[in-house]
Amino acid sequence: MNKSIIITGLLIFVLAVLSPFWFNFITTTEAAPEPELLGKAKDAEKCVLDKYDMRANHMSLLDEWRDSVVRDADRQYKAANGNMFNMSLSTGEKSCLGCHEDKTKFCDKCHTYTSVDPYCWECHTNPKDLAQGD
Amino acid sequence: MMKKSKRSFLKVAGIAAMGLGASSAINFASSDAQVSTHKKKAKNKEALSAHRWGMVIDTNKITHEIVENIVEACHKEHNVPDFNHEVDTKKYPKTRAVNHKQEIKWIWEEHFHYAFPDKEDEFLAERFHDLPFLVVCNHCKNAPCTKACPTQATFKREDGIVIMDYHRCIGCRFCMAACPFGARSFNFRDPRPFIEDTVPQFPTRTKGVVEKCNFCAERLALGKQPHCVEASHGAIVVGDLENPESEIRELLSEHYTIRRKQSLGTEPSVYYIM
Repeated sequence: MNKSIIITGLLIFVLAVLSPFWFNFITTTEAAPEPELLGKAKDAEKCVLDKYDMRANHMSLLDEWRDSVVRDADRQYKAANGNMFNMSLSTGEKSCLGCHEDKTKFCDKCHTYTSVDPYCWECHTNPKDLAQGD
Repeated sequence: MMKKSKRSFLKVAGIAAMGLGASSAINFASSDAQVSTHKKKAKNKEALSAHRWGMVIDTNKITHEIVENIVEACHKEHNVPDFNHEVDTKKYPKTRAVNHKQEIKWIWEEHFHYAFPDKEDEFLAERFHDLPFLVVCNHCKNAPCTKACPTQATFKREDGIVIMDYHRCIGCRFCMAACPFGARSFNFRDPRPFIEDTVPQFPTRTKGVVEKCNFCAERLALGKQPHCVEASHGAIVVGDLENPESEIRELLSEHYTIRRKQSLGTEPSVYYIM
């Protein structure tokens, strides 16, 4: 008697513990979205850092850029491939959005998927949004 | 029990000391690497520079009209909100009613007796009563706001400009209490609904940060004069206070000038030609 109760109890426990796995088996999961490279960013092929470095460390790079621009007034950044960039998120041709022209298809795509909500855009403006707003 | 001789103990200690030395050598090498990454950054070639930026305002050349143009140019280009602006309720449906005491300003017109309370003589020359005085952050040499800021969000740049890093501002408003000139404003609310045309070249601010004049640091970096200078028809001159050959020093040596609340010892960098 006791034996069967214990075994069913154990079965339920194991199923419950493994629920994330079997839940993923029976439901379809979306692949992580790829940020879309459009326009100039597509032609350039190379960003400020290498692709994987950029993927992993773009936030630290932006942090470093901010300190450099605000505190030291240094605004030019020489990238690994020798290109000069303007250390700015959204102003001018040589800024992040100057090349990656569509924020929703680039920044937001991954940030939304990973539930990251950076507050850059509470102050910084997306030139595209401003052009549409008027 | 194993017995250790003095000799074997010293050997082990020696190797351990070498290991410690190696770790500091590695640290030294990696800090060297940081120095080399720093060289990746540079100022714009066209940037204007100074040892200590200063401003001279010629009160003889300033009229109400010029003041209006200057304030408008500055506030427009820096996305300073105007709480008299009618809010687009479709875009911002939940906008609270405006409290005009919470106004935000970088540069504005002031009466002589408010701008210079310690210089009010009993029989002040008549013309000073109506003369518009432009007041702005003084970018003091001994800026009290930078000492009050607990996060170093406001600080003095090498070129004498007192500037803010809005990212670091926690909105404590100690700087506003410390500033004897009322040059700072606090964002009690999201400023965006009150900006008529947002200028893409400059960010807006967000709720909960303090803001003030930045001496148009973003324009100096492009080799351009500040907006107020351009809109002033020659009434405002900016330049290097520490360069005796500069235009601003020439003006200062030729004219009688006053500064606001000099007795407080903050050493303002904005001079007024009387």
